[in-house]
Amino acid sequence: MLAYVARRLVQSLLILLGVSLITFALLYVLPADPVRQIAGRSATPQTVENIRHQLGLDQPFIVQYGRYLLGLVQGDFGRSYLQRTEVGELIAARLPASLELMVGAIVCELILGLTMGLVAALKRGTATDQALMVGSFVGVSAPQFVVGLLLLYVFAVRLSWFPIGGYGSFSHLVLPSLTLGILGAGWYSRMMRSSMVDVLRQDFIRTARAKGLRRSAVIFGHALPNAVLPVIAMIGIDIGMFMSGIVVVESVFGWPGIGQLAWQAIQRVDIPIIMGVTLVSACAIVLGNLLADLVTPFIDPRIKLQ
Amino acid sequence: MSTPSQTSAVIATGDAISPGTPPARRGVVSRLLRRPLAILGIAIILITVGGAIFAPYLTAYSPDEQMFDGLSLEGAPMPPGEKFLLGTDLLGRDLLTRILFGARTSLIIGIVANGIALVIGTLVGVTAGFYRGWIGTILMRFTDLMMAFPALLLAICLAAILSPSLWIVAMVIALVNWVQTARVIYTETSSLSRREFIEAERSMGAGTPRILFRHILPHLLPTIIVWGTLGISTTVLLEATLSYLGVGVQPPTPSWGNIIFENQTYFQAAPWLVFFPGAAILALALAFNLVGDALRDILDPTQTGRM
Repeated sequence: MLAYVARRLVQSLLILLGVSLITFALLYVLPADPVRQIAGRSATPQTVENIRHQLGLDQPFIVQYGRYLLGLVQGDFGRSYLQRTEVGELIAARLPASLELMVGAIVCELILGLTMGLVAALKRGTATDQALMVGSFVGVSAPQFVVGLLLLYVFAVRLSWFPIGGYGSFSHLVLPSLTLGILGAGWYSRMMRSSMVDVLRQDFIRTARAKGLRRSAVIFGHALPNAVLPVIAMIGIDIGMFMSGIVVVESVFGWPGIGQLAWQAIQRVDIPIIMGVTLVSACAIVLGNLLADLVTPFIDPRIKLQ
Repeated sequence: MSTPSQTSAVIATGDAISPGTPPARRGVVSRLLRRPLAILGIAIILITVGGAIFAPYLTAYSPDEQMFDGLSLEGAPMPPGEKFLLGTDLLGRDLLTRILFGARTSLIIGIVANGIALVIGTLVGVTAGFYRGWIGTILMRFTDLMMAFPALLLAICLAAILSPSLWIVAMVIALVNWVQTARVIYTETSSLSRREFIEAERSMGAGTPRILFRHILPHLLPTIIVWGTLGISTTVLLEATLSYLGVGVQPPTPSWGNIIFENQTYFQAAPWLVFFPGAAILALALAFNLVGDALRDILDPTQTGRM
């Protein structure tokens, strides 16, 4: 177990190193000149050269990347080109809002997805089942910005139940979480349905029924706990989906998280911020996957880590 | 999704083929047409393709024409009505016309980007699965690495910096979208190439090309078809998202995503400008998901009802 964890951690570090190299190389190769953005249009060639030299952008690629890595191992993400602030501080300031949004989304997708999946499995083969599964397809096929705008229009503009975007109180959190969670709810309802259908076929369920337990006791006491665990273990894998989703959802709702930070940085070619957010996201994705793999054998002892 | 008749067979044998159905792959189309959801999906796809091809004949307006009577006296877009079926946009252009022409963008990108992604994914997956060894290791480690990228962030970054055109957007989407296919194809190829019939073929002196093209690829075909169909849905959504953020297909070329991008400042007063193109995106993505899922049930019975 320990050896497995150690090996996976080393692998994860290598993956992150690879992500940093590829992102850095892409931003180096692509025809975007951050210096032009900083200097402005009317800058003289001399000023442009000075800024380029100051930022170390006139150095060869290896030197630039080496410097970046050297800073990174000391926990230094570099300084934003345009905001004159440490990227680490910028990300730290924005991260709580994004985490809050993700927790909200996880709650939404679990409540919606597990309920839909459970009901569909219990009513298997009926019209209810079919309708719920079509619903789950709609969930995974709906573009998040459209869902966001639709929820805003109905619940904020028309009904005024929630504020139109912004950040702060619990009521600000509801619509963005729901938007981010609907995609996952679609996946979870399908996983939950198939997991529950599998469990209901097992011998121990038949035994429980045969000994005269009430149907509700069989379902909620025996089947549900066994069916729900492997589904919940997938949460770690959602991180990748969330990391893509927050860019859109935060932009629709004006949510001040790292998705917005990245989006603004991309528009201004603020390379240190783009690098920072990409690395933090990749880190979260890798950790999420690792966590999902580590949790699995505890939930299903038949699966062994190797 | 399993139908009741299949369900009974599942319990009895653990196999999803219900009695009386022809062996897999024979009559895929006719079996597809027996599923109401698949028919719904096919219908939506056909309507979209028809709308895209015959767009100029289906509407009296041009997608770029800013009409004099397309805006109210106060300069607001017209709501859906008799003259403009789905209303007009902020510039007084007919929304229905833009959505019809936008279908071309969605379909072209959906097919091109997904085609490229499928080719890359299959090449990587087959190569890695067939030549395990160091080539396989390097390819699959690279695939793992791509899995750790926040895909949308990467796509936005690439699209924003390369001034986006239709083809660049398609390339960008293909570059972030081949990873899933590669992993699935890799798993299948590596288990296939360990099977006895491949071993037998090799012992009879068959060369690598023969084994690959006559034995491995035909077995992978169902998987490629299923992932190819499901992938179009992902691609359509990704294109819409990039265009919505303003880094995808650029106006005035209409795309369902950029129609919403152009008009969203006004959406509280003119919600139809967001909801009609939004519904189009949802319908097309849903259609390919429904057909892909039905194909998976038909072509790969062991996967019935699973993700």
